Amino acid sequence: MSWSEFFHMGGYAFYVWGSYGIALVVIGGEVLALRQRRKGLQARLNNISESAESEQS
Amino acid sequence: MPNRKINWYKYAAPANFYPLAGKLIPWFGIPAALLFVAGLYIGFFVAPTDFQQGDAYRIIFIHVPAAWMGMFLYILMALYAGVGWAFNARLASMMATALSITGAMFTFLSLATGSLWGKPTWGTWWVWDARMTSTLILLFLYIGFISLQAAIDDPRRADRAGAVLALVGLINVPIIYFSVQWWNTLHQGATIRLLNKPTMAPPMLAAMLIMLAACWLYSIAIVLMRLRCIILEREHEAGRTLTLGAKTAQFSRMESI
Amino acid sequence: MKTRHKKIAFILVGLLAVGGATALVLSALKTNIVFFYTPSQVAAKEAPGNRAFRVGGLVEKGSHKRNVEGLGGRFIVTDTSQSIPVVYEGSVPDLFKEGRGCVVEGSLGSDGVFHATQVLAKHDENYMPPEAGKAIDEAKAARSLVK
Repeated sequence: MSWSEFFHMGGYAFYVWGSYGIALVVIGGEVLALRQRRKGLQARLNNISESAESEQS
Repeated sequence: MPNRKINWYKYAAPANFYPLAGKLIPWFGIPAALLFVAGLYIGFFVAPTDFQQGDAYRIIFIHVPAAWMGMFLYILMALYAGVGWAFNARLASMMATALSITGAMFTFLSLATGSLWGKPTWGTWWVWDARMTSTLILLFLYIGFISLQAAIDDPRRADRAGAVLALVGLINVPIIYFSVQWWNTLHQGATIRLLNKPTMAPPMLAAMLIMLAACWLYSIAIVLMRLRCIILEREHEAGRTLTLGAKTAQFSRMESI
Repeated sequence: MKTRHKKIAFILVGLLAVGGATALVLSALKTNIVFFYTPSQVAAKEAPGNRAFRVGGLVEKGSHKRNVEGLGGRFIVTDTSQSIPVVYEGSVPDLFKEGRGCVVEGSLGSDGVFHATQVLAKHDENYMPPEAGKAIDEAKAARSLVK
């Protein structure tokens, strides 16, 4: 089986690769979005703890 | 009195569960990635083409695991929400919230890939048969749960409202599962059933089950990641992290590692 | 402790109520949730006569004739005890084959011919390599000859 045959998927390339493409976008998107959320949160909490420390001193 | 047993109740407190969850994530995330690669390799290079559908059937390796995860995660979400409500357990409620988005994502994925599979094989993107309609209802239930929780400011009230919705919607899961037996549907029956031999060639089955395992491990990893975010957000909102200044510093130190 | 029991009781009652209500709704819907009728059901006049509906069954072997000119054609849909002739316009999906399942949407003419506006293929839940599939098809054909 050649690579071009493989990508052709017996004529169903759009449907097969479309499915896996959507899966990649959705799963990858979930991971990236969550990473962003954590970064934002981390920055906010760092600010709070710094200001709390400066108030104490 | 020395306590030699692990005190599991300790981990029921969100602040104590937080570092444990952090340690667990790679143990699920890395095997998930490896299994995804293995499953796709077997699915595309080892499994033969299908006698009816040619290569179009290869969508099954993502479609079926996604559909199962959509249902499993809903059951889990409803149970956690119910436990959180009944026993006033904050961590369980947070777990339900963390599960909802991943469950909705898998349900969406099963509908989208199903549509892409239905067009070349059945000849239609969508029909209102019992299986597809009940799966769409599942997605609406997830969306309802997520939006209801987002709409209520007080986290504990949001948890309670979400729990009611999730438990009510639980009835939909067996309906989805048995719809292909109870009614005439365009959707085919179950390939894998308890007590029956699966009607599928072994390499195809292997690819599908490996992809299912990968989706499970992925779900656990991503839900724990989201749970950590939710714990930080909620504990912060409740002012607990401010009173425990040391703990906040500890949190941010762990984040930066 | 008491409130906890109360809550659990509430949940159980709620679930039972919802379950019961859903069961009722479903039994009421039962007539409408039918996605397709079998040819036997149509013969027994169980299908709605006044609106479009769907018929599902097997495409009878040797019955599929494409129109010589343009798209469309005719075939017979059967559930082995009853069968209905179908005419359609347009094309059929890739998986539409004689001896395989199909679902047609349209309406039944007074002449007993079903005029399909859409032809869908219904595949089964078996997935196997072509050689194995062929063997099973042949076995099925042999069995139907004996019958």
